[in-house]
Amino acid sequence: MSLPSPLFCLTLIPIVAALFIMVGANAPFVARAVSVLMLALTGVLCFQYPVSQGGLWFVSQYPVSEQLGLSLSFGADGLSLALLLLSAIVTASAVWMIPPIKSRENLFYACVLLISAGLFGAFSSTDVLFFYAFHELALIPTFLMIGIWGSGDRQSAAWKAMIYLAVGSFVLLLGILGLYLAIPASQRTFDMTTIQSMAASGVLNPPHWVYWTLLIGFGSLVSLFPFHSWAPPVYASAPMPVSMLHAGALKKFGVYGILRIITPIFPDSILATRVALPFGWSISYLDIFLVLIIGNLLYIGLVTIAQKRLDWMLGYASAMHMGYIFLGIAAWNPLSLSGSAVLMVAHGLSIAALFALSGSLRERTGTLDLADLGGLAKSMPRFGLLFGMATMASIGLPGFANFAGEIMVFLGSFGVANQIPQGGLKFLQVTTIIAVWGFVISAVYMLRAYRCVFFGPRPERWAHLPDLAPVSRYAIILLIATLLVIGFCPQLLLSYVTPALLLP
Amino acid sequence: MNPIYLEALVVTLGIGLLMSEAFDAKMDKRYLVYAGLLGLGIIFVASLFALPQYIDASAPYAAFYSADPMAMFFKRFAIICTMVVLVMTIDYAPIIERFIPGETKGAGLGEFITLPIFTCAGLMWMVSATDFIAIFVSLELVTISFYVLVAYLRRSHTTLEAGTKYLILGALSTGFIVYGVTWIFGVTGQTNLAAIAAVLPTLPPASHTALLFGFGLVLIALGFKIGAVPFQFWIPDVYQGAATPISAYLSVASKAAGFIVLVRVLDLFLGFEPLRPRIDVLLAFIAGATLIFGGLSALPQRNFKRLLSYSSVVHAGFILMAVASLGVAFARTAIQFYLVAYLLMTFVAFAITALVARAAGGDDISHFAGLSRRAPWLAGAMMLSMLSLAGIPFTAGFLGKLFVFQVAIEAGHTWLILVGAVAVACGFYSYLLVVRAMYWQPAPDNAPEIPVSLASSISVSALAALILVLGVYPQVVLGWLG
Repeated sequence: MSLPSPLFCLTLIPIVAALFIMVGANAPFVARAVSVLMLALTGVLCFQYPVSQGGLWFVSQYPVSEQLGLSLSFGADGLSLALLLLSAIVTASAVWMIPPIKSRENLFYACVLLISAGLFGAFSSTDVLFFYAFHELALIPTFLMIGIWGSGDRQSAAWKAMIYLAVGSFVLLLGILGLYLAIPASQRTFDMTTIQSMAASGVLNPPHWVYWTLLIGFGSLVSLFPFHSWAPPVYASAPMPVSMLHAGALKKFGVYGILRIITPIFPDSILATRVALPFGWSISYLDIFLVLIIGNLLYIGLVTIAQKRLDWMLGYASAMHMGYIFLGIAAWNPLSLSGSAVLMVAHGLSIAALFALSGSLRERTGTLDLADLGGLAKSMPRFGLLFGMATMASIGLPGFANFAGEIMVFLGSFGVANQIPQGGLKFLQVTTIIAVWGFVISAVYMLRAYRCVFFGPRPERWAHLPDLAPVSRYAIILLIATLLVIGFCPQLLLSYVTPALLLP
Repeated sequence: MNPIYLEALVVTLGIGLLMSEAFDAKMDKRYLVYAGLLGLGIIFVASLFALPQYIDASAPYAAFYSADPMAMFFKRFAIICTMVVLVMTIDYAPIIERFIPGETKGAGLGEFITLPIFTCAGLMWMVSATDFIAIFVSLELVTISFYVLVAYLRRSHTTLEAGTKYLILGALSTGFIVYGVTWIFGVTGQTNLAAIAAVLPTLPPASHTALLFGFGLVLIALGFKIGAVPFQFWIPDVYQGAATPISAYLSVASKAAGFIVLVRVLDLFLGFEPLRPRIDVLLAFIAGATLIFGGLSALPQRNFKRLLSYSSVVHAGFILMAVASLGVAFARTAIQFYLVAYLLMTFVAFAITALVARAAGGDDISHFAGLSRRAPWLAGAMMLSMLSLAGIPFTAGFLGKLFVFQVAIEAGHTWLILVGAVAVACGFYSYLLVVRAMYWQPAPDNAPEIPVSLASSISVSALAALILVLGVYPQVVLGWLG
């Protein structure tokens, strides 16, 4: 038993705040104060973290079941800190963006705080089972909130997502169990670092089905094609803070899990394992993964172009952009993996800003149908400017963090010049070439949507829309400013994440 | 203290309460509940001082009575179940009075309160029984008191139907167990489990089939008790028709005792190598069928008690997954932990159903609509129980499932795990239906208040808190199980 670590406190603070709110404290005040406090504390942790040394810090462990090797343990390295900071920023901007709630305000804020608690718990747990459990903790309030305060066909969307994610995470749980049972019986543990070192020393050799259950489990939580279909309807019908928190931060759980559990534990040889196909062909596990990534980037990208409503479009766009992150992971070298990590943060910030703005747009106009909107830049210039910047970030314009991440992924996955094989391009490089077209696709739908909403003729009924209130403005500026800082100085983030990515 | 006094004390308590009820017709029957709770509480404390070493190994009863840790654990389990059921009858009493009109107020209530105490004694014997005769007798004590309890609301048609079904099928299963024991006795010449185990290796291979036949018949009878497919047909009708506290009692205590007996009998037969592969396959098959049948049948249910009854079938399937993997060392702990988790979440669900049904006039899922606004505390506890039944982390139900799946993976039951995954997915759908009704749907306009007695709110809150505690710190129970 050690003293409560700051990470454990960070996870507990929102839970305690949610309890206070449920018994009647002033919900908006408590939630806003807590969100700022958490942002400040996470910032302090980031400053305290000895970047030059790396490794796990702020470690604490509370044994839960000795005989199972289960303990509530926390710890953070550069990668988790980056995601914790992302969670804190998104939580703060989400809480400050929330418009007045018409009914059951306390339950609403309590749910938001519980999602946030789940986020902090998941990104700071070093116990595999609790890592999983905290993610589930965040799903329950998500489900309740969509059903109670969502818009459109909210109940069926929440229902679908819940079943989808629950089954997805159950598959993941089976994978985790498989991993656990692959450890020799006397040393069984759920401790992430121990498992990683066992894998590195060759004690742990999980069977292949564990790899697939973990990949499909994590993949369906991150909307890997073809397990993505839950995402767009959920983001479209969820209340604004839920879309922000889920798409911005919670979805990164899956990628984080792949980086933390799959890549360190499964050796390259698994990716190279070949599966026989008919007609004497064969395909490697890596190729299968790449095909799914192309599905993410091209298929979902084209579906995104076809969307007629802003919220649906953003939902698909968010699913599509996951393809780049997966590509970085599939390429599996220091450059591309760091790129993926940067992209996780960048995507989280930009999609949160977009969902925040589209949510408040719906608040003002009552519709997000692209055909109904137009010329809004005239009535809401500040709104238009911030939305424009978030759009540019999302497309991946230089200067924003997204660009830094994407370019690193592409360079890493295409391979530096001397690695290009003599006998033509490999499938990974072909995939990279296809993936670059994702830039074009996202530019097409994002810019078209921006034009439809903010330029062109303005219907008379939108002439007197109020512009963003100062508080919401600062919430969005927080997101965009972070994007710009990382975009201009990616090294700030890279110095944290790169050493944390366990590389062979 | 010698553990055999525990059952004697429970029986004495029951007789005492029954007598005081009979000789004081005017008393407020709620005193019986409180007296019963007090008595059982004292016996529970006494059970902590009842140590197996006080049993004289040379005494005649020592051959058929075991006080191993599993038995002691489930004796306490049975006492706690009975106490919760007694608390539930406080709020349920008006319904009983409505369906049993008598000359005096509260007529018939006294027996309804004392019978579970006798049942409790039967359950406590059952988990200690290590002889087929003792198993049979204690099983009958439990079953006969349940015949009465299930059919108690005699003016209600559904209850009468439930009672008849339970009586006929229960009697049938009694027949099966007696017949099965006869075959086993015929082959081995013994009824004592330890004695049979000693005889088994000397049996000629020609008698293996007869032995397996006898085992199969016993398995049918126990399958009936625990609600395993294909002997689960009575469950939905009986649970729906019986008084809610009795459904809860049947679903938790009777089932748990059934599992303990099953584990004891299986220990005997699984230790006998020639039969082992066939029994393993049989058990895995029954577990799979139970999971898939329960899971799929729960999907279309709109009556909440029926939903809970199918859910009890599914959970029997999950426990059977661990039973089918008894070769793995952790399986026994997994079974017991699952039963404890199941006790907590099922009692919370049934207790709240009883409260809501009394206020809203029915136990369909639609009667729960808007409960989160009318009674936020009850709705929260109910949601917790449903999430636990579905297996969401930080609840006891999650760890229960985790352990069971862990054991099954370790035993190599791959296809069973896939079936289990389907059942889990079905579970998410059916349990969240209730959460959806409580949180998403508006309450009817003239929805009445939901009165909750102090005892009920304490017991529901305590059980719900335990769901969370065990979900975060399972060591509380795992430590006891050793």
